[in-house]
Amino acid sequence: MEQHIRFQDVSVSYGTQVALQDISLEIPRNQIFGIIGPANSGKTTLLKCINRTIDFIGSAKVQGQVQVDGQDVNRLRNVYDLRRRVGMVFPLPVGLPLTVYENVAYAPRRAGLFDRHELDALVEKCLRQAVLWDEVKDRLQTLGTKLSGGQQQRLTLARALSHRPEILCLDEFSIAIDPVTTMKIEDVLLELKQEMTIVLVTNLVQQAHRLADHTAFFNNSQLIETGPTEKMFTEPDDKLTYAYVTGGFG
Amino acid sequence: MPEADANREPSPPRPWSMLRTFHVAVDWCEPLVEWIIRICGWSAILFVFAIFFFVFREGSEMLLGGLDLKEFFTSPNWRPDSVVRPQYGILALLAGTISVTGLAMLIAVPLGLGAAVYVAEFAGPRSKETLKVVIELLAAIPSVVWGFIGYMVLGPIIIWATGAPVGINVLNGGIILALMSVPIIVSVSEDALRAVPDSYREAALALGASRWEIVSRVLFPAAKNGLLAAVLLGVGRAIGETMAVLMATGHAVQIPHSLLDPVRTLTATIAAELGETVSGEEHYGVLFVIGIVLFAIAFVVNLTADLVVKGIRGEKHD
Repeated sequence: MEQHIRFQDVSVSYGTQVALQDISLEIPRNQIFGIIGPANSGKTTLLKCINRTIDFIGSAKVQGQVQVDGQDVNRLRNVYDLRRRVGMVFPLPVGLPLTVYENVAYAPRRAGLFDRHELDALVEKCLRQAVLWDEVKDRLQTLGTKLSGGQQQRLTLARALSHRPEILCLDEFSIAIDPVTTMKIEDVLLELKQEMTIVLVTNLVQQAHRLADHTAFFNNSQLIETGPTEKMFTEPDDKLTYAYVTGGFG
Repeated sequence: MPEADANREPSPPRPWSMLRTFHVAVDWCEPLVEWIIRICGWSAILFVFAIFFFVFREGSEMLLGGLDLKEFFTSPNWRPDSVVRPQYGILALLAGTISVTGLAMLIAVPLGLGAAVYVAEFAGPRSKETLKVVIELLAAIPSVVWGFIGYMVLGPIIIWATGAPVGINVLNGGIILALMSVPIIVSVSEDALRAVPDSYREAALALGASRWEIVSRVLFPAAKNGLLAAVLLGVGRAIGETMAVLMATGHAVQIPHSLLDPVRTLTATIAAELGETVSGEEHYGVLFVIGIVLFAIAFVVNLTADLVVKGIRGEKHD
């Protein structure tokens, strides 16, 4: 099994507060990798290390190595190129102050796709994959910020898919989306893993169970356990993990 | 037990009872405070109307009767002191105001917005604080000092650099006005840029946008109301400024043909001539009509701003 992303002794701290402690983790290619754990356990920080948006937080200090395709992301010359290879969906939906169409067409156009028909087709495809097309097809020219919370969240998903990323990081993508639509998106994700590696941070333990091939459990800035999802949910090595996945945590 | 309580001697006043009295008093004062605040709020409107009423009353006689309005707006001849036939044409003054303000905005808007983007997005914490303090200091310089700088410092520099016969002209006034408007534009637009949530920046960053793209594609659209307000405050300051332009523009009544021609503005005319007139005479009234014109310009600028801002909002709400 080929490794796509690799964390080697990664520690992150914000000032005096430790967010991640000595994490070593391998994420296989073309799989869905679930990350579960209580709030404040470092899950989001882990994602931010992958595309180096962590640089944006002034107080953050990163130690150790993060490799994507065997390359150390901190040694990359073009960090923007890395970010274009990684799609990112944040827990709180962020519709950029552009129209719905432009939100999705932004990244491909940046990459040099200007043909109107191709662009239209791509936008439609991405919006369909995010299960948003039917709701917005008649108002592609309204501002993205005008959509409802759940729609904006799906818009960010469509936007993340628009640049055909190799890695898709989903941070609580279903937080504002109803269960029926969530199920539809989950089906899409299962198809998408043919094309890309998906890192799924979720508070819904069952969502990880349904989707993930491998799962990692984080608690208190530390990686408690990682393994195939089936094993994690039936006979984990650590009793904390068992307590968390069965709902007896605390 | 209530019986036992009744038999007990009255207890000495407890320490918090005075505080309690105070709180009761505060409750009573509540409506009073509310009224004071209400008056503060409405007084702004009251003052605007009072000023308008006063200016209009002084100028109304000339505006409605004595003044040839066609000549007033179309003639470049401003000869209020002529014994033979006084002429009141403000075309040249209007051209002076517009040219100086226009030039000032051409310089100040890019400079101010650029500085705001730098301070809000690119500067490190240290240089950010320093820059903000210095820029605010710039705003605190009195306009007469600016006029002095224009007259004594910038004038000779312009003569030396361009070979113009006089250093106080449109260019000089424009630069001075630009420097006076920049601090306002910077501080208001910096606030507007900082008010854009960080999540926008992060989202754009995650799409692989460069820092300049974040500024141009995300921050500017998100902050455009605030940026527009900043620019219009700058325009307002430039149009209304009197002392600095009086000193820096040369105060010559003519329609400028180049940047190096001296001009005279509407505001400077009022400031310079009002002291020489007699209350109630023709010249005095005409100066107040100029005041009404300035009022109208300010009104149009503000109204435009309002409509543009509403237009932007309307777009958002469909």
